[in-house]
Amino acid sequence: MSMQSAQSAQGYVTADGRKIGGPVMEMENITLRFGGVTAIQDISFDILEGEIRAIIGPNGAGKSSMLNVINGFYHPQEGRILYHGEERKPLKPYQIAYQGIARTFQNIALFKGMTTLDNIMTGRLTHMKTNLLSQALWWGRAEKEEVENREIVEKIIDFLEIQTIRKTPVGRLPYGLQKRVELGRALAAEPSLLLLDEPMAGMNVEEKEDMSRFILDVNDEFGTTIALIEHDMGVVMDIADRVVVMDYGKKIGDGTPAEVRSNQAVIDAYLGVSHD
Amino acid sequence: MPAEFYYGVEVFLNGLMAGVMYSLVALGFVLIFKASGIFNYAQGIMALFAALTLVGFQEGQIPFSHLINAIFGTELHHFGWHMPAFFAILAALVIMIIFAWLVEKLILQHLVNQEPIILFMATIGLAYFMEGFGDLMWGSNVKKLDIGIPQGGNFWIEESTAFLGGPDFYGFYLDTLDIYATFIAAALVIALVIFSQYTKTGRALRAVADDHQAALSVGISLRAIWVIVWAIAGFVALVAGIMWGAKSGVQFSLSLIALKALPVLMLGGFTSIPGAIIGGLIIGVGEKMFEFLIGAPLLGGATENWFAYMVALVFLVFRPQGLFGEKIIERV
Ligand SMILES: Nc1ncnc2c1ncn2[C@@H]1O[C@H](COP(=O)(O)OP(=O)(O)O)[C@@H](O)[C@H]1O
Ligand SMILES: [Mg+2]
Repeated sequence: MSMQSAQSAQGYVTADGRKIGGPVMEMENITLRFGGVTAIQDISFDILEGEIRAIIGPNGAGKSSMLNVINGFYHPQEGRILYHGEERKPLKPYQIAYQGIARTFQNIALFKGMTTLDNIMTGRLTHMKTNLLSQALWWGRAEKEEVENREIVEKIIDFLEIQTIRKTPVGRLPYGLQKRVELGRALAAEPSLLLLDEPMAGMNVEEKEDMSRFILDVNDEFGTTIALIEHDMGVVMDIADRVVVMDYGKKIGDGTPAEVRSNQAVIDAYLGVSHD
Repeated sequence: MPAEFYYGVEVFLNGLMAGVMYSLVALGFVLIFKASGIFNYAQGIMALFAALTLVGFQEGQIPFSHLINAIFGTELHHFGWHMPAFFAILAALVIMIIFAWLVEKLILQHLVNQEPIILFMATIGLAYFMEGFGDLMWGSNVKKLDIGIPQGGNFWIEESTAFLGGPDFYGFYLDTLDIYATFIAAALVIALVIFSQYTKTGRALRAVADDHQAALSVGISLRAIWVIVWAIAGFVALVAGIMWGAKSGVQFSLSLIALKALPVLMLGGFTSIPGAIIGGLIIGVGEKMFEFLIGAPLLGGATENWFAYMVALVFLVFRPQGLFGEKIIERV
């Protein structure tokens, strides 16, 4: 989409006229090791407000590890993380959720025994304030809050066109729909940064098209900043504004889809590694 | 209908009421197991400890009085007041909540990501610690627990059912305490189900039971949930402790009711709340009816002691996930 140069840290306007703002997330010289394995090696990049930022690379490149660093599952040994311009100290994942970062997982992580509706309701947790006692006794405030949040969840269900499976336990849903419910749960948090780990993995062409459309609509209608990992180069070229390319834990490219595609190191990495 | 039939019905009803109590104890196990994968060996001791604490508050006992007297040569025993049952129950509940918080703070927090067997061992340690601690705090003598629920056969039910079954039948003999216990336990179970279905914390509890990572990612603090779960399990233990304590006195054997929960869990599955409830009812009714129909007339009686375990064994062999537990699929 965007043909803009990637270098402008203070924002730009995309080819389709969306305004991209200042940095939401800045990763500076991040290094993450697991014992002897260096999953991420000295990587820096930023995610700007309102953009769709993709992270691509072969299997084992360290893409999921990067998302896990952003949402606090992993803590890097080196480097700084700036969120909305401020350095972030090491936080627990649930605290980071309260800061407005929501995510989906490469291997779907839904609450399988719960219905679609309940799953998406858990996404509202960071917006619900009533205490345990008033919930236990169902005092006015808790009930009102429950109803208000339920309305927002119903809107998300409409948006994702999953009305018919509202009351279905998600464990029974086909894979593609589970992925969509998981997106719904993340959206329910009204995140200021949305992380998607391979949202289209394992989908057929039609499902991929649906998911691409939802991602673009979320970004367009709510202005949500999105960082996504994707294997399918074609999809990335279609929907991403800027792309970070990783290989063996290193960053080998960063720029618009067009720039990245013509980058020799990227071409080598993709040709040199066999794919599944 | 012959009188025999109505005696059978009476046995069935008594079994149902015993079953509700088994369900209650099993429920405490399931709550903790679902949320944290811990089989809490200390559940029975928690019921004993809760009951001891309740009696202690009611009677105005001075905690640790033996210890204090031994060290300082004093003769302290009682504060000299009696607390009404309602306030004593509230106070005991507060103690169980503090207990839950301490368990998380002092034990669970340090054992995150450990193997289930390690966590299980920790709860064994906890059980022995609480047993000694309870003794030290409240003394080891057998105590009477009375929160004002009448005990003994219910005349009203007996009188009004006597017309059934002809001259040989004198009406259903049901203990009033059992009837109360059944209704209280049922109310507790219903309240728990509503809480877990329709409140945000209830949803968070179910979420943690399903997937820890996903739960964290939506902003659920596992540690807060563990405190809540242990507090609820403490509450359930308190109710079970009150009912069993009122029936047969508060003493160490009360903690053995946990052993009756094991077959219930084998039957109902370790992860299913409806399973714990229905499993408890089946065991309760099953052991009473078996004794009535087969045990007493054919096997010389006393089958109630082993019937439940035999059922559990059959289930272990033929359906290890229980009636309602999720199917165990070995990943290869
Ligand atoms: N929790 C972990 N413990 C040990 N090694 C890990 C862990 N998570 C990821 N790794 C390793 O880090 C490297 C990058 O993995 P990952 O981030 O999942 O790659 P990608 O998502 O790009 O396929 C791999 O070598 C993987 O084995
Ligand atoms: Mg990955």
